[in-house]
Amino acid sequence: MSLNDILDSLFPAGHAVNVENKVITGEATTAQGTVAVLGTTDAAAIDHAMALALSAFILDTVEQHPGRALVFLVDTSGQALSRSQELLCLNGSLAHLAQCVDLARRQGHASLSLVTANAVSGGFLSFGLMADRAYALADAQVRVMDLRAMSRVTKIAHERLVELAAGSPIFAPGAESYVRMGAIEAIWPEPSAGLLEAALAAGGLAAPASDQRQNSGLLRGGRQLAAGITKTVQNAACGA
Amino acid sequence: MIASLAARHSWFEATARARLAGLLDPGSFSEILPPAESNPSPHLALLDLPGAFDDGVVVCYGQLGKRPIFAIAQEGQFMGGAVGEIHGAKIVGMLRRAAQEKPAAVLFLIDSGGVRLHEANAGLIAISEIMRAVLDARAAGVPVIALVGGSCGAFGGMGIVAKLCSAIVISEEGRLALSGPEVIETVAGVEEFDSKDRALVWRVTGGKHRYLMGDCAMLVEDDIAAFRSGATEFLAGWSEPVPSVAHLRAGQQTLENRLAAYASYRDGLQVWAALGVAEPESVPLLDRDALVALKEGLPT
Repeated sequence: MSLNDILDSLFPAGHAVNVENKVITGEATTAQGTVAVLGTTDAAAIDHAMALALSAFILDTVEQHPGRALVFLVDTSGQALSRSQELLCLNGSLAHLAQCVDLARRQGHASLSLVTANAVSGGFLSFGLMADRAYALADAQVRVMDLRAMSRVTKIAHERLVELAAGSPIFAPGAESYVRMGAIEAIWPEPSAGLLEAALAAGGLAAPASDQRQNSGLLRGGRQLAAGITKTVQNAACGA
Repeated sequence: MIASLAARHSWFEATARARLAGLLDPGSFSEILPPAESNPSPHLALLDLPGAFDDGVVVCYGQLGKRPIFAIAQEGQFMGGAVGEIHGAKIVGMLRRAAQEKPAAVLFLIDSGGVRLHEANAGLIAISEIMRAVLDARAAGVPVIALVGGSCGAFGGMGIVAKLCSAIVISEEGRLALSGPEVIETVAGVEEFDSKDRALVWRVTGGKHRYLMGDCAMLVEDDIAAFRSGATEFLAGWSEPVPSVAHLRAGQQTLENRLAAYASYRDGLQVWAALGVAEPESVPLLDRDALVALKEGLPT
């Protein structure tokens, strides 16, 4: 599905969005008012320039449109893989972007992300997973690594990984795993203005004061241990 | 010189527990969820892989110069310090506790390749939770100091986490980046990045380069006592800023400026020359004190 089709379906009341170097920036009209629309398209491999274009747009929005909701469209194949990018500390630019999303939240901007096609590792961490809530379209690819590459790195037979993946959201690629693990709120069968409005309304009513993903993962049966261990560490008697 | 070398206790070669023993005030280490009270990762067991009772990370309460601090220490010798479900949840718990109890600091001894692939989704989501929790602790006024000098460096999502901390204290042996050189070589070819060229790897990801560029606040010797005094010295002069647009605007400008100036470079030697280092090829040979003096003499 083309970006324009996605935008038309999500924002039938109108959108004005610019795409440059695979980076989306702009705004759109919804029943909740004008929202900022930003993100990446065409399976962007996030590099310094992309990360800095997104962070600059977030800072502009915080300064010029206090409280305006942020809608992230996520289509990233991960981070750019090159020596020149690493030379300038690519993790630093991705951290800066993540920090800008975090600042917007602290300044009262609700945010949601929608994975439209691909969401992979570092690219996903830097903005999609920083939003208050994440959603994914039904055919979206969400993963750290595909099972063949994982098999090469871990030296575990591909067949064995495929077999285990069938029952384990812990490492099976796919948006459904991320729902069960608590990181994605829901899967949308198609880009839909109605679903977006509902998600924005839910976000506006109850902006999460804290990160609820461990609890969601526990309730949905995908992540059985994390919530309990974090609570134990938080509450354990210690020291002096 | 020989006596001081003999007294040195390498951070790079030490285990996470040995680093903590030398970092914190003697006798102050108090572990939370010690191995006797926890279980190895069931996800590794499912793959017939050996686990560790602490799942490769030690979280503790302690003191630094008699001030109460929390510490998180990743064990690079277990699964490359990589983040799985339990490992990540322990770190998140300690950071959230810090936001509530407000110790003088959290010392985050990072030694990790990032996500543990055997628990890939759990690891990625945990790193996202760690990112949020680091920023929450900092917003509560608690400095989070990353200490990087272990054999696994700070890579992948843990490279991002390191850069979200208040500051990074790194040794020459420390490495900090996103994708590992091996990954780049596999995907983009040996011409792009020869991961076996150790000198090149250090000129691109190593502690001296990150310090010269300003990505790390302090460069210290590969010595546990040096990390201790570095962290102490940094904290003495630091008060955690309130998150603000102005602060991030300044960061944005710095990153845009250096991208405009250095985007075409592929080797630390080029960056160092552009920074004003008269003899960039001498940088790898300089000892820590000489390099710090060089950095302090550079035009700003």
